[in-house]
Amino acid sequence: MAHASVTPGEMSSLAHDEHTHPGPGLYVKIGLALFVLTALEVGVYEVAFEHPGNALGTALRSVFVPVILLLSACKFALVAMYYMHLKQDGKLLSGVFIFGLILAALIIVGLMLLMAYHHAFARLH
Amino acid sequence: MAHDAALDAGHALHPETTTGIDNRKLAIWTFIGSECMFFASLIATYLVYKGKSLSGPTPAEMLQIPLVTFGTALLLFSSLFVVLALNGAQRGNRRQLIIWLGMTLVCGAFFVGMQVYEFQHFVHEGLTLKTNLFGASFYLLTGFHGTHVTIGVLWLATVFVTALRGKLPPERAMNLEIAALYWHFVDVVWIVIFPVVYLMKD
Repeated sequence: MAHASVTPGEMSSLAHDEHTHPGPGLYVKIGLALFVLTALEVGVYEVAFEHPGNALGTALRSVFVPVILLLSACKFALVAMYYMHLKQDGKLLSGVFIFGLILAALIIVGLMLLMAYHHAFARLH
Repeated sequence: MAHDAALDAGHALHPETTTGIDNRKLAIWTFIGSECMFFASLIATYLVYKGKSLSGPTPAEMLQIPLVTFGTALLLFSSLFVVLALNGAQRGNRRQLIIWLGMTLVCGAFFVGMQVYEFQHFVHEGLTLKTNLFGASFYLLTGFHGTHVTIGVLWLATVFVTALRGKLPPERAMNLEIAALYWHFVDVVWIVIFPVVYLMKD
């Protein structure tokens, strides 16, 4: 194969990636795990809300939000660690991403607290 | 052989950057970090206004789980396909690269199509950007995500054309890896939006 000119940086990054990234077998296993977790999410929703008379559904409704968020967090972590290669790549990249995630969580919590305070204040006055 | 030579040459080289990480890769991760905050503000806005609409339609009346579950599966599989394409690119397996990258594009295009169909259906049912707080925050959040998916499809399509023309050798696999990182990020954002918007609609 006739390759165009290759810079040292390209060769360096290729060497790094080839020696650390997992193979197709693990990628397929992660894909199946993601599929199962999504099916679980939808299954929990169906049992909790589509069959109201069910005892299991009633029990699931009380823990629905934490269960769904936990399943979602597992999927998020699997994609970030294995498909985005954070598990294999340098800690600097994980740090950049996690710093962004921490700020994102602070934005969500901060905005929700601010608006909750605003609504409570508006009701009082 | 050329591949092995590239690997050997790579080992012999000192890092090109002060961090030892390809600058383009660090740049896309920094961009992804900033995008986390962008989507966090949109998700927070949706959550803050949830249940505050003075008139209908409500999320429980509008949102359809089966259609969106299908779209979610497509997006998750597209993440698997693009990482298999990247593996092919890094190993110099052009057939693997082209097949899986093509499958990724098909899944991405179907997801965008699903969202266009969903938006059209909602508008037909009377939910627009200015109908109520739910409409405004829903279209803003999912619309921006859909725009990101569309940009990802176009980006991956350019890499696909490059691969078809035989101009994506293993030494240039980083070009696909950067596009794939963006694509995975779009996927993880949907992993958050799907439960928060659709499964917690009641």
